[in-house]
Amino acid sequence: MEINRREALKSFLLIMGGTMVGAQAILTGCSPKEQIADLTFSPETISLLDELGEAIIPTTSTPGAKAAGIGEFMRMMVTDTYEKENQEVFIKGIQRLQEQFQSEHSKAITAAETKEITAFLNAQRSSAEGDDARIFGMLKDLTVLGYFTSEVGATQQLRYVEVPGKYDGCLDYKKGDRVFAI
Amino acid sequence: MANQTYDAIVVGSGISGGWAAKELTEKGLKVLLLERGQNVEHIKDYKTATLAPWEIPHRGRRTVEMIENHPNLKRDYVLNELNLNWWAHEKENPYVENKPFTWFRGYQVGGRSLLWGRQSYRLADIDFEANLKEGIAVDWPIRYKDLAPWYSYVERFAGISGSKENIPHLPDGEFQKPMDMNCVEKDVAARIKKHYGGDRHMIIGRVANITEPLQNRVNCQYRNKCWLGCPFGGYFSTQSSTLPAAMATGNLTLRPFSIVSRLIYDKDTKKATGVEVIDAETNEVLTYNAKIIFLCASTFNSTAILMRSATDIWPEGLGSSSGELGHNVMDHHFRLGASGQVEGYDDKYYYGRRPNGIYIPRFRNLNGEKRDYLRGFGYQGGASRSGWSRNVAELAYGEDLKEALSEPGPWSMGITAFGEILPDHDNTIKLSKTVTDKWGLAALEMNAEIKQNEINMRKDMMNDAAEMLEAAGLKNVNTYDSGYTFGQGIHEMGTARMGRDPKTSVLNGNNQVWDAKNVFVTDGACMTSSAAQNPSLTYMALTARAASFAVEELKKGNL
Repeated sequence: MEINRREALKSFLLIMGGTMVGAQAILTGCSPKEQIADLTFSPETISLLDELGEAIIPTTSTPGAKAAGIGEFMRMMVTDTYEKENQEVFIKGIQRLQEQFQSEHSKAITAAETKEITAFLNAQRSSAEGDDARIFGMLKDLTVLGYFTSEVGATQQLRYVEVPGKYDGCLDYKKGDRVFAI
Repeated sequence: MANQTYDAIVVGSGISGGWAAKELTEKGLKVLLLERGQNVEHIKDYKTATLAPWEIPHRGRRTVEMIENHPNLKRDYVLNELNLNWWAHEKENPYVENKPFTWFRGYQVGGRSLLWGRQSYRLADIDFEANLKEGIAVDWPIRYKDLAPWYSYVERFAGISGSKENIPHLPDGEFQKPMDMNCVEKDVAARIKKHYGGDRHMIIGRVANITEPLQNRVNCQYRNKCWLGCPFGGYFSTQSSTLPAAMATGNLTLRPFSIVSRLIYDKDTKKATGVEVIDAETNEVLTYNAKIIFLCASTFNSTAILMRSATDIWPEGLGSSSGELGHNVMDHHFRLGASGQVEGYDDKYYYGRRPNGIYIPRFRNLNGEKRDYLRGFGYQGGASRSGWSRNVAELAYGEDLKEALSEPGPWSMGITAFGEILPDHDNTIKLSKTVTDKWGLAALEMNAEIKQNEINMRKDMMNDAAEMLEAAGLKNVNTYDSGYTFGQGIHEMGTARMGRDPKTSVLNGNNQVWDAKNVFVTDGACMTSSAAQNPSLTYMALTARAASFAVEELKKGNL
């Protein structure tokens, strides 16, 4: 139901001045609640978020999420757009991931290879339950949003056309052609 | 001291006010255009219009601070970090929801012409005749033939793109070439036509985005950022279209930050002699005089000005002798419809960000059909391929996710219904006795709700959507109803309706206030019924028509 409502809403928003990223926000609670007053992220935490984001969207033939400044982006989004409860889930979640990784690999996430972190996240994600599972949705959501709307993501990984100048409603498409950036 | 006397005063600079200013100045009148909010200069003040996605801090998401500061705007998609200052400041401009009411206001030069959805449809005789035939409210004092030449006139100047379809209840206009449907929409349109034997139509939206150059405006560049102001002048707004024309005459004086508190009424001549203005920045109270006054302050604010005027003669204000001032609030009820998946078309995509969708005109209660409700509804929507924001929960993080989201996903299509709301005497706005705005003017209290006719209609609005999409071959079709509160359509209408009798209407057939013939109300307040079509084009046509009439009357010495 939620997905279908989103799709319908998207069709409407396309012509009414909204965007899908905005639409998602409409559908997730609207009443403002408290935020953590003194929420700060250390440079070490930003680096950790850079590595977690890079593990979700890694460097391939094009730059990955780290090159898009994903750690700093996540800091801003969690600080500005998350309510207190979600902020707490996020902070606790990355703390737990750090500890888990340390105990499994005897090193910090920031000292690991991207491939190791990706494998770790995928394994953790499939076994996590309840509140522990929410951090994965948050990390992926913020990484995907931050990356594909970043300059490297939009212009190097996707096709970004600042001023299309025309509309072609029947463009030929072949598998592998990239999506157009917003 | 600035000139205090003009030939005409226009209150409000949105779609209607801009047209009034253009028409009156072009006919040689010296016009003062009053706008309650800040100035917004074409192009120069479109400060966010050319930002790249990565230059938008929260990438379209809403911050907790935005939600806290915009308790009204937050209720819908309009809350956007890039144009927050083009919506009325909510704390300075309170209103009272005796019943739930969402009121999205644009308090700046250009008003909501900068922000509107731009869908532009003519009303037809089934709309103008419905009240009379069904015994609802009062009869419109005009018919389609009275407005048709004015629709043509405003369409040519504003620039409406669309296709001629020969649909009797959605008359064709003077269109620029239509935007294209995409592959899926074309096929869905053909299947709907076939399935319903030509009784239902799916057409490309008729939209106030130009597809050919017009005046000094460049045709739409398919950026789909209209609500930030268009540096190309690709869509109709006061700034891109009517204001430059009015300015070019040398007859226009534009005064921003000018809140009209009341009309000054002379009971001996039974005319307004001018307006009283509060300077929104200095709180200074000023008086301006004119021979004619056009109220285009937006539906409820035009009515509020009337309510605050001539209260020594009529305690409920100018126009209240009808007993209808502030009554018959209308909007379009919506936020429901259906969507589904489209199989195939994997080898098709589209280029450009089209700021328009498809339109399915009304098909209910036509040709003798009688549902368990009166009137009808239309749909807006479109087909698209999903992008990187789609949900691919099953994919592992890493390279696979990156590559999968970099290709377009499956096609889907959704349609949202917009339904007519009947004029009901009990749906009202009134001036609050306790709540005032920043300038001490009474806030409005809203008492409106949809009634049984709309509730019955909503069942068809939802189910017909699913039926049509299924008929067109879509899979996994699902209906949705996100609920509707009055005002969310952002199509406020009524409260100072046109009619044939001063005892039951506020305005006559030329938009003149019965009790003050040199006062014209030509925005949404004048609507006698709402029809199901987006209303702004009708305000443009009514305004141009009334302006022409006003100048003729002035020349004859009748005003």
